[in-house]
Amino acid sequence: MTTTAVPAQARAAVTAQRDGFAGTGALVRLALRRDRIVATLWVLLFVVMAAGSASASAELFPTVESRVRAATAINDAPATLALYGRVFDPTSLGAVSLIKLGAFGAALVALVSIFMVVRHTRAEEESGRLELIGSAVVGRYATLSAALLLSVATSLALALLTALALIGSGLPAAGALAFGLAWAGAGIAFAAVGALAAQVTESARTANGIGAAVLAAAYLLRAAGDASGVDTSTWLSWLSPIGWAQQVRPFAGDRWWVLTYLLVFAVLVAVAAYALVARRDHGAGLLAQRPGPERAARRLSSPLALALRLHRGSLTGWLVGMALGGLIVGSIASQIGEIADNDQFRDMITKLGGQRGLTDAFLSAEMAIIGVIVAAYGISATLRLRAEETGGRAEPLLATGVGRLRWAASHLTVALVGSALLAAVLGLFAGFAHGAAVDDFGQIGRVLVAALVQLPAVWVLVGITVAVFGLAPGLVLAGWAALVVFLLLGQFGEILNLPAGLMDLSPFSHTPRLPGGDLTLTPLVVLTAIAAVLMVAGLAGFRRRDLSTS
Amino acid sequence: MTTAISVSGLVKTFGQTRALDGLDLTVRTGEVHGFLGPNGSGKSTTIRVLLGLLRADAGEVRLLGGDPWADATSLHRRLAYVPGDVSLWPNLSGGEVIDLLGRLRGGLNQTRRDELLERFDLDPTKKGRTYSKGNRQKVALVAALSSDVELLVLDEPTSGLDPLMESVFQECVTEERERGRTVLLSSHILAEVETLCERVSIIRLGRTVETGTLAELRHLTRTSIAAELAGPPTGLAEHPGVHDLKIDGNQARFDVDTQQLDAVLRELTRVGVRSLTSQPPTLEELFLRHYEGDLAGNGRHAAGVRS
Ligand SMILES: Nc1ncnc2c1ncn2[C@@H]1O[C@H](COP(=O)(O)OP(=O)(O)OP(=O)(O)O)[C@@H](O)[C@H]1O
Ligand SMILES: [Mg+2]
Repeated sequence: MTTTAVPAQARAAVTAQRDGFAGTGALVRLALRRDRIVATLWVLLFVVMAAGSASASAELFPTVESRVRAATAINDAPATLALYGRVFDPTSLGAVSLIKLGAFGAALVALVSIFMVVRHTRAEEESGRLELIGSAVVGRYATLSAALLLSVATSLALALLTALALIGSGLPAAGALAFGLAWAGAGIAFAAVGALAAQVTESARTANGIGAAVLAAAYLLRAAGDASGVDTSTWLSWLSPIGWAQQVRPFAGDRWWVLTYLLVFAVLVAVAAYALVARRDHGAGLLAQRPGPERAARRLSSPLALALRLHRGSLTGWLVGMALGGLIVGSIASQIGEIADNDQFRDMITKLGGQRGLTDAFLSAEMAIIGVIVAAYGISATLRLRAEETGGRAEPLLATGVGRLRWAASHLTVALVGSALLAAVLGLFAGFAHGAAVDDFGQIGRVLVAALVQLPAVWVLVGITVAVFGLAPGLVLAGWAALVVFLLLGQFGEILNLPAGLMDLSPFSHTPRLPGGDLTLTPLVVLTAIAAVLMVAGLAGFRRRDLSTS
Repeated sequence: MTTAISVSGLVKTFGQTRALDGLDLTVRTGEVHGFLGPNGSGKSTTIRVLLGLLRADAGEVRLLGGDPWADATSLHRRLAYVPGDVSLWPNLSGGEVIDLLGRLRGGLNQTRRDELLERFDLDPTKKGRTYSKGNRQKVALVAALSSDVELLVLDEPTSGLDPLMESVFQECVTEERERGRTVLLSSHILAEVETLCERVSIIRLGRTVETGTLAELRHLTRTSIAAELAGPPTGLAEHPGVHDLKIDGNQARFDVDTQQLDAVLRELTRVGVRSLTSQPPTLEELFLRHYEGDLAGNGRHAAGVRS
């Protein structure tokens, strides 16, 4: 009797396992339908960036000497090593021309992967749409599998197209494929990280945050590993998936075996995510909810107080990040001056950046990056308006004595003041670290001003986001699109030889390069005025339009 | 002022969809007014226009003597709204949401708040994301009912409540009515409407098809009669007010338009009545008559479907 029961049970278990994946195909098609435009645009964006850099650099570095000079400049400076990583073969055209896109591009691909997986898993579950699907014939692993399949497929498509584009611009085929696959490896590894993060928390926002934090940690580990090694990367880089993507060394040895690190990592993390899916309830996460207060605190009695409460967690996280970033930037800055034995590098960075010394040039280059990062905060805080509206949480508020302007102004205030706080904290910490290193605390003021002058450009992006929110709410992601375009104009506009008029579109191109440059007020005033006009237009539009319903 | 809400000829379109197509609605001060109609007929849209969340394309809308779009903020201090689908902030506790909404409305009655929490058996310390649908609904209900306002606008407020809570809700609305408050109650639950509402408006495809007291509406429908007569029934089949007639010897079963009841009874007594049972029309029948035939045209607004 028992002899027949055991195989029956085993068969039942196997069937249950297989049933867990039922419906995956249908979900993949649904996800493809939802993402076909956005995913295609992302892939094309990366392909164009890679191909653009490759063909521009071919003209920029025609001889081996010119390449070696550029590579040495990067390899000898801790700052560029930290930012971009090492050029593993200074004579290789591919390695030199794609250095800016190796680790940095892999991190961007990874970020898109995280967002994609969370969007199709936790975000769906949180919105309740999954419940509808979950009750149809869909196994419990199906959504996770569909999301992972989608991002693996997107990553592989990206790898293939990038490789083809690079081959098209004249680089060796093997290196091109290695480069594409290193990107794809980072994308797949962090798709798994996104999947795991989505199981741990109940909110998509937090899941995205956890994924991004893991990515930031991976990037920092590799930055530390690359910058601290002499002639090679240290073991710190080998702790980081972004480091592995770099250690594939495309065009500089093409070490295919390193790709298995990424693959094994992805499989292990994905298995953990599957294990959690099997254990948790629908809609729940692992981090349990604590009970809240029975009554509201006295000060929770205005839209602004509510907005502060809603933004509190993320703003705190950003502030801590900025403080840490400031300390790092400030302490690296003082080391820059010590690399006196490399004339090319000094030459390059002085030409690139400011006028008064290497340190100032480095700091002003860092501040420009900080400006973009703070703008990302400003946009995401502003987009909270739209999330509250479509989530049906604005409606009950606007049905009380709160007017539309007052409600919109509450989140906008957090976005504006929050971004100012972030820039100030970064400036103070960087100034302090730098001042401590060079024994001159007068630096604090200079560095602080350099951070604060980024704000008008940041506010222009906030303004663009508000304007779209008020006037064309369906296109609200245009705020992010604008940031990406401005970022690319700044990073690659010069290499790609774009007309000056086009590059002037970016508000960041008008920010004074401090410290070291001249503090000109006119562009700051003009940028602030443009930001104000955009915000007024957006708010006026919002006051006149229908409220979207959930 | 005797009318709390008056709407006439209200039109609202979303792209191609004509969600409201000349809707009329009058709610008198102090009454509980039932607002009924099939899914997608435009109830929530009407309520959102009344709250100034959507802008009317055409028509006249007055709420508590003001213009709901232009005077939104000042009017909102005098009303409380419970949406059909309540979304809460994931990190705020239910108690915090109740207090916040009350304060933004201009204050809430603490004793009443605590009493309502008790009656609805709601734990105010839970966070928004951990509430069930019914409990989210209760949070919004407690917030609305504990505010001192003139008008309650309730959009399917009991969807998701269990029968026990449904009866608590009915008690609460009855108390509100006794306090002299006006209530606009959109609902699919006919028993609830029958218990609470003095007058109802039925809408379909964005237009009002019927409005009046329940007694008036009953009058418009049919009564079922079963009678045993002294002889074979005559004259019934020809009578215009008689429907679905079934004759079995001396027995007759039929439905009669309530307005024709008197004339038909006279036909029966002419033959002689041995026994007679009559059944007044149920609300279900009343509504189904208005909802029927809607299934095909729902939301698409085929021309001339008006009943
Ligand atoms: N924002 C919108 N955009 C487009 N169409 C809409 C929008 N809001 C409502 N509609 C359409 O307007 C019509 C009326 O919708 P409404 O929500 O008012 O119906 P309802 O009577 O409340 O239905 P239910 O009983 O299901 O709650 C529907 O056809 C709906 O699809
Ligand atoms: Mg509705």
